[in-house]
Amino acid sequence: MTTTLADSRAVQGEVLLSLRQISKSFGAVHALGGVDLDIKAGEVVALLGDNGAGKSTLVKILSGVHTADSGTVTYRGREVTISSPADAQKLGIATVYQDLALCDNLDVVANLFLGRETKRFALSEEEMEQEALQLISELAAKIPSVRTPVAGLSGGQRQTVAIARSLIGEPSIVILDEPTAALGVAQTAEVLNLIERLRDRNLGVLVITHNMANVKEVADRAIVLRLGHNNGVFDVVSTTGEQMVAAITGATDSAVTRRAHRRAAHDNEVQR
Amino acid sequence: MSQLDTHSAAGGSHQPGDPTADAAALDTDRSPLLERLGGRIRGGDLGALPVIVGVVAIWAVFTVLNGVFLSSRNLVNLATDSASIGVIALGIVFVLLVAQIDLSVGSISGVAAAVLAVGMTQLGWPSWLSMGAAIVVGLATGLIYGWIFVRFDVHTFVITLAGLLTLLGFQLWVLSTHGSINIPFDTWIVRFMQQMYIPKIASYFIMALIAAAFLASRLARRVRRLAHRLPTHALTADITVALILLVALEVACWYLNRDRGISAPFAFFVVLVFIAHFALTRTSWGRAVFAVGGSVEAARRAGINVKRIFVSVIVICTVLAAVGGLLDAGRLAAATTSSGTADVNLDAIAAAVIGGTSLFGGRGSAYSALLGIIVIQSIASGLTLINLSASVRFMITGGVLLIAVVVDAVTRKTRAVHGRA
Repeated sequence: MTTTLADSRAVQGEVLLSLRQISKSFGAVHALGGVDLDIKAGEVVALLGDNGAGKSTLVKILSGVHTADSGTVTYRGREVTISSPADAQKLGIATVYQDLALCDNLDVVANLFLGRETKRFALSEEEMEQEALQLISELAAKIPSVRTPVAGLSGGQRQTVAIARSLIGEPSIVILDEPTAALGVAQTAEVLNLIERLRDRNLGVLVITHNMANVKEVADRAIVLRLGHNNGVFDVVSTTGEQMVAAITGATDSAVTRRAHRRAAHDNEVQR
Repeated sequence: MSQLDTHSAAGGSHQPGDPTADAAALDTDRSPLLERLGGRIRGGDLGALPVIVGVVAIWAVFTVLNGVFLSSRNLVNLATDSASIGVIALGIVFVLLVAQIDLSVGSISGVAAAVLAVGMTQLGWPSWLSMGAAIVVGLATGLIYGWIFVRFDVHTFVITLAGLLTLLGFQLWVLSTHGSINIPFDTWIVRFMQQMYIPKIASYFIMALIAAAFLASRLARRVRRLAHRLPTHALTADITVALILLVALEVACWYLNRDRGISAPFAFFVVLVFIAHFALTRTSWGRAVFAVGGSVEAARRAGINVKRIFVSVIVICTVLAAVGGLLDAGRLAAATTSSGTADVNLDAIAAAVIGGTSLFGGRGSAYSALLGIIVIQSIASGLTLINLSASVRFMITGGVLLIAVVVDAVTRKTRAVHGRA
């Protein structure tokens, strides 16, 4: 692990953010009912759950888009309220949304620094360009030129730009919403590398994903939500994908496990 | 211009493994000027090229048809006539950049002219108060448009269409008893528009100053890039471009000075264009304007106050429209019920689009107002010289606008294909 890149403020393994008994309702719909979540420095946490399990709601509470109805948020031992995206940013929580939200007509540098440009009297383009090059090379990411409009980049490169942008404000926690959903095999691998480099920087990383293979590859811990409640915390190394799927679907007997059993039985038959 | 300066690269203190050096090596956009330009054009990034080609073609045709067209006298008039609609077109550039439109700029300019005339002649207000009142009307109009836009999320197309009629009514009401009011020739605005020219000796100095300022800004940027260990263009390229600019400006200046020279209104317009260009390219507000034009959602997520950007842009457009109306009133020394009607709206919008600002938002430049209005005024002036009526002028300007819009749409598609958005 390269410590030179690490955020000096946080100690590896320190609990950065902990949520306790977070609840949120939209009218009669109880999206979240008492959810707990811890994010530690230098750790990748996967947030798993079926459609409608409350993943997005939880992420939106963390990033300040929604506020929780009840429950406590503690940031590095201090109780805080996150009531706007600006609050989340100030705390050092950066969110990379699935749709990336980049401006296609602006170049990479402009996108990276959008909304927080370096300036003295006029914009300091050179300062920003140098910082952008530095950041991109630290992430060992492949971008043809930081002065090309983002529209000219591939899906993986756009994801890279979005992730790099989240690092500009020197956050301590990065939340990634389905970072590999629309990517090809090679690009997915690149983004997973990127996630590992975020961990190496001693950031707390929360990855929302459906992809079990990604979870096994990159996450340290997996937290499963089901119907707005915690349904288990798993150590990824010592847990099988099947166990996690069971927690996600809420039953050991689900379409997914039945399918797996059927295949296993079929394989046995063939062997015999 | 884009050749990597080998001296500076060798002189820079790149250690092996230096992250900025590694990243710079990834930067592949280092081919020679012409090759890169060719690639950009094929990729649909035409910039100001079509409009410059257009101006040259139009000037060539009219010169063949009537030798007077390229005379100093006609070009001085052409420049002066460009000022009022040019200023309005500059406002249109701002709203187009955020993918909005203002269809009522003509009416705003008419109202501004009416308020100026009534204030000065009927109410006995001093010049500055009348002009101030006219600009306040423009400001108030913009604030109302902006408020309706961000509050009710109605497209500005409809808001300003309603505004066009409302303001036209207001203009007729202000001028009700008179229909047309003459502004005395000894007032400041009329003298400014009709008689003020940059002194000829001073004009050569100013042109030299502009070229020097251009070179200074290029050199300053070069120094900053070297200080940040970024690749730079060849020093000779910067100097060559500055020299070409100097010669071009001085020759143009000399040619106009054979007649009355550079008129104050045209100089005023060009200064506004420079200021607008700086605001759009070198401030975070300008960056936000482009961002909103590219993707409203992305801009909002980046923490940009999108509503404030929309309102500021709409207000700039309406205020510039009012200023354009004042210039127009000074040029005619009158405000009439037909001030700002007919072709002012469409000429201003056409100028911005012909100059290369996209109707789809996020793409364009303040210079497109300058280039576009020169195209439109050239057509108007040339057709007048060969004795063709307004009817033909409308048809030809309409045709040119259509070409510009088609070029905009086609290059947009090409850009999408080549991934330059």
